[in-house]
Amino acid sequence: MPGLGISFGRGGATTFQQDLRNADCIVIQGSNMAECHPVGFQWVMEAKERGATLIHVDPRFTRTSAMADLHVPIRAGSDIAFLGGLIHYVLEHERYFKDYVLHYTNAANIIREGFQDTEDLDGFFSGYQSEEGKYDIATWQYEGVGGTVPAGGHKELYAEPGAGKGGDESGSARFEANKDSTLQHPRCVFQLLKRHFRRYTPAIVAKVCGVPEAQFLKVAEALCANSGRERTSAFCYAVGWTQHTVGVQYIRTASILQLLLGNIGRPGGGIMALRGHASIQGSTDVPTLYNLLPGYMPMPHAKQGLDLDQYLEDHEASTGWWSNLPKYAVSLLKAWFGDAATKENHFLFGHLPRLTGNHSHMQTVADMADGRVKGYFVMGENPAVGSSHGSLQRKGLRELDWLVVRDFTLIETAEFWRRAPEIQRGDVKTEDIRTEVFFFPAAAHTEKEGTFTNTQRLLQWRDKAVEPPGDARSELHFIYHLGRRLKALYAGSKARKDQPLQDVTWDYPTRGRAAEPSAEAVLQEINGYTVADRKLVSGFSDLKDDGSTASGCWIYSGCYANGVNQTARRKPGREQTWVAPEWGWAWPANRRMLYNRASADPEGRPWSERKKYVWWDAEKRRWTGEDVPDFIADRPPDYRPGKDARGVDALGGTDPFIMQVDGKAWLFAPSGMMDGPLPTHYEPPESPVENALYGQQCNPARLEWRRRDVPLHRAWADPRYPFVFTTYRVTEHHTAGGMSRWLSWLSELQPEQFCEVSPELAAERGLTNGGWATVRTARGDLECRVLVTERLRPLKLNGTWVHQIGLPYHWGVTGRIRASGANDLLPLVADPNVEIQESKAFTGDIVAGRHATGERSATSAVAPALPAGTPEARRDSLRVSEHAHDTQQEKLEQER
Amino acid sequence: MGQKGFFTDTTLCIGCKACEVACKQWNQLPDDGFHFTGMSYDNTGALGSATWRHVAFVERPVPLQGQTTGVGDFSWLMMSDVCKHCQHAGCLEACPTGAIIRTEFDTVYVQPDVCNGCGYCVVACPFGVISRREDDGRAWKCTLCYDRLGEGMTPACAKACPTESIVFGDLDELHARAENRIRALHERGVTDAYLYGKDAENQPGTGGLNAFFLLLDKPEVYGLPPDPVVPTKKAGRTWGAVALGALGMAAVALGSVLLGREARP
Repeated sequence: MPGLGISFGRGGATTFQQDLRNADCIVIQGSNMAECHPVGFQWVMEAKERGATLIHVDPRFTRTSAMADLHVPIRAGSDIAFLGGLIHYVLEHERYFKDYVLHYTNAANIIREGFQDTEDLDGFFSGYQSEEGKYDIATWQYEGVGGTVPAGGHKELYAEPGAGKGGDESGSARFEANKDSTLQHPRCVFQLLKRHFRRYTPAIVAKVCGVPEAQFLKVAEALCANSGRERTSAFCYAVGWTQHTVGVQYIRTASILQLLLGNIGRPGGGIMALRGHASIQGSTDVPTLYNLLPGYMPMPHAKQGLDLDQYLEDHEASTGWWSNLPKYAVSLLKAWFGDAATKENHFLFGHLPRLTGNHSHMQTVADMADGRVKGYFVMGENPAVGSSHGSLQRKGLRELDWLVVRDFTLIETAEFWRRAPEIQRGDVKTEDIRTEVFFFPAAAHTEKEGTFTNTQRLLQWRDKAVEPPGDARSELHFIYHLGRRLKALYAGSKARKDQPLQDVTWDYPTRGRAAEPSAEAVLQEINGYTVADRKLVSGFSDLKDDGSTASGCWIYSGCYANGVNQTARRKPGREQTWVAPEWGWAWPANRRMLYNRASADPEGRPWSERKKYVWWDAEKRRWTGEDVPDFIADRPPDYRPGKDARGVDALGGTDPFIMQVDGKAWLFAPSGMMDGPLPTHYEPPESPVENALYGQQCNPARLEWRRRDVPLHRAWADPRYPFVFTTYRVTEHHTAGGMSRWLSWLSELQPEQFCEVSPELAAERGLTNGGWATVRTARGDLECRVLVTERLRPLKLNGTWVHQIGLPYHWGVTGRIRASGANDLLPLVADPNVEIQESKAFTGDIVAGRHATGERSATSAVAPALPAGTPEARRDSLRVSEHAHDTQQEKLEQER
Repeated sequence: MGQKGFFTDTTLCIGCKACEVACKQWNQLPDDGFHFTGMSYDNTGALGSATWRHVAFVERPVPLQGQTTGVGDFSWLMMSDVCKHCQHAGCLEACPTGAIIRTEFDTVYVQPDVCNGCGYCVVACPFGVISRREDDGRAWKCTLCYDRLGEGMTPACAKACPTESIVFGDLDELHARAENRIRALHERGVTDAYLYGKDAENQPGTGGLNAFFLLLDKPEVYGLPPDPVVPTKKAGRTWGAVALGALGMAAVALGSVLLGREARP
């Protein structure tokens, strides 16, 4: 979650859902919280009952809108313009929280003279490398600081040259940076911000987003009136913001706005990132991501060599919390390689796999389709339904030697070889597919023990209620025994490549007839222990860089403090304070609200009695309050580091963002972002309109796979595909349907694939409520039922009417209820920071009736040509080279 | 034991259908088939023998008090419907076998081992709640989780509700809560809010409902009858009319006999 990580230092929600009840205003945007997080929504309802204003900004009127005081329909894919408009409003009318902004953000920092804004370069920042499609960030740096200022919160980007790589210059930023605390210097962050958003006026918001000025001003006024010393406002978002080619910048825009309003680290404030499903937060903490090691440490890159010292030097910050990186990295290596890891052999750092480029899900699928991947494990995922461009996903599966799927039922990903639209149509024959498919039945969450890490970084232990049926087993069982067998197979090998497998520690106790490994033993290893006596450590402050401690994930260290499984604590809420610190355990150090030092003023006093949370107790000389202070417990507010201070000592008493090298939240990101230090409105790769703000239509740094089997529409106003589509979930189903489409009680509630259209569009296209329609993109088509509803309205953009069509994506070709898959319609484009798909805004067509041909672009050509006389439209301005968006793999091939 | 019931506050309902699913799971009820209805997000249609909680979705061309939306004059109402457990329960009064009883919790319960499937209860319910299942012919409806109440547990639907739209409890406490809620909503400008079926005064036709509701529009909008009356309430009048009719027929018969005699030559 780099949007939050770059801005504040940690890639996780800044607050917890229970705290939403303290908000005076809640803006839910890019999320349908009532439908997708109904349990957490109770605290939004509680805030509303206490008098808070609830605002929902969304293309559709949803179950969340039904509860809101104010619902604002917006064009899908235009949120940066809307949020940028709010930033403009706050700055223009001087509604920002001046003391907060001045002391806790980098507003006063002066940026280098060479920096040029999108205002100067018509949609580009200085440093754009036209051949690469990437930025060189040298000009984005603080003036007076040599080299780059390392970013605290998005370590995976370290692998990219210039995108936050610390090197030996790191850390000097804090002391050498030039500042202007009057905020008047034309190159100080505050003034750059003003200039960057100066054209994001209410009129532009109306033009780009389709939100009338009066509605926009209502939101702006509500937010400003409910922010400041006495009042706080919160933002909630989910994948409606992330799944875009500029998704990370959506979250950056909200972060900037919340910082200007002084709403971060304070009760009732914050940005609540609502994660997509169970333990998604956990799967970035102890990552399933290719470019991260546990605890947000960067995965080493092949270019870096095998030297641990070099890795540490590159990534360690000399000021701020990341100065502790060596302790966490060495402890991780000790946890993984045990006694074999010694100081002499660099703790076997050389055994870690290395990045050679982009190995993201989308790149991997493209590689699979090109026959570059031999085998594939799929667990807890159904890419044939859930991922972008399902037909390419299945094409990839067909090119594998072997595929392993673990799930409850025979999901589409396991059945691609006999049940897929292209097989039903005859474009692909089962007998021609050579992939060997192995299906393993999986245990459900009630049939295994372990923890979930939920949306607010909270680890909650769950016990096993019943034994899994038949051959079903937990993931832990599968991975552990697979590893055990592999180790046995390679035990006698003398090959160097097999050494990591031989050295890895793999000795969890097992129990029962099925030899189920102990999840508690795994959690204890994650918590960490001292190597000599195997005593569990009490937290990450106990970890050392000399090999005397081991910990599987430093941010989780403390979850087994004092030998007690802290995650299994279940003290009822009524028996403790409202923060409920004794329910489960939250990383880091059981802090429920991050950056909570900012809930006090620079002198350490609460900003107001009403918004009291954490403060400095001058008598006891300690920080105290409702929560575990997210600060050095005994560092007084008046502490100022000396010039030669290093590490955590370099954090002053007024630096609440302790993960950052300069202790400040970043309004302007000198590093860490692939697509600009400030968020900029770009249109989605397929849009109904031309970019009204810049000559550059789309994010110039986006990832785009230019393949014949993934055709894209005209960049804007494609006459073949005139409507805006957005995909989403409904309460009644779970993501790609593996857990819901097989259940009668859920299937009957939303039994068929449907689309939602406005009465106006229905009239225009002859669609009838409850009848059939066919929706179509250049990638494929889909038959679905029609729900005609006033909840969708056409929007007026710059004089033209734009129709939006809603398309839930839960259905596939297996299960009790079936359809051919909405995500088959999606293109293959992605955000450059996290390689996430663009599924929330694309274009397409709709016609009445059942006319689906079942054609898929991955197996046959489906798109009609552009009508004569309609020229192609450029996604990139002429500044950008034709090769800027060639896939990484192709570049790699060229290099070879 | 005391009188138990539900207070369903529709202003807090987010339409998540957790109640519907929790009910089906606890009571192991079959599905109603997989049919897209086109009626907003409601695909199970109505209460029935296999659906004991049902969430209605009403898309209405009327703005909600206190809400502003860019989609125009529009609002989306949601309501979780259930058996009302009436004070004068039509089903119970019509049941000839004694299968339907009033429990120690003052709820109305169908004993499945006694029910013979005659169906008298089906026509006697003014809300159309109870119905017969096709496979075994017996009548089924919400038990107010009689099996859970006996163990001191909250009914499955109320337990699953995330927003306290469905509250289970002692009837007098629910009444107080509902009155407070109405007052608060009125103070906030939501003057449309009112209680449906709270007690005999509120709804004479049923003598009041143990499962009563807070609504924002006319009952018909939610699919509820505006003035439900239990058939037995009309029994006196019905029998009177029958007696009158019989008397009249007798008079006609007698008259025709007498007149006929006179007419004979």
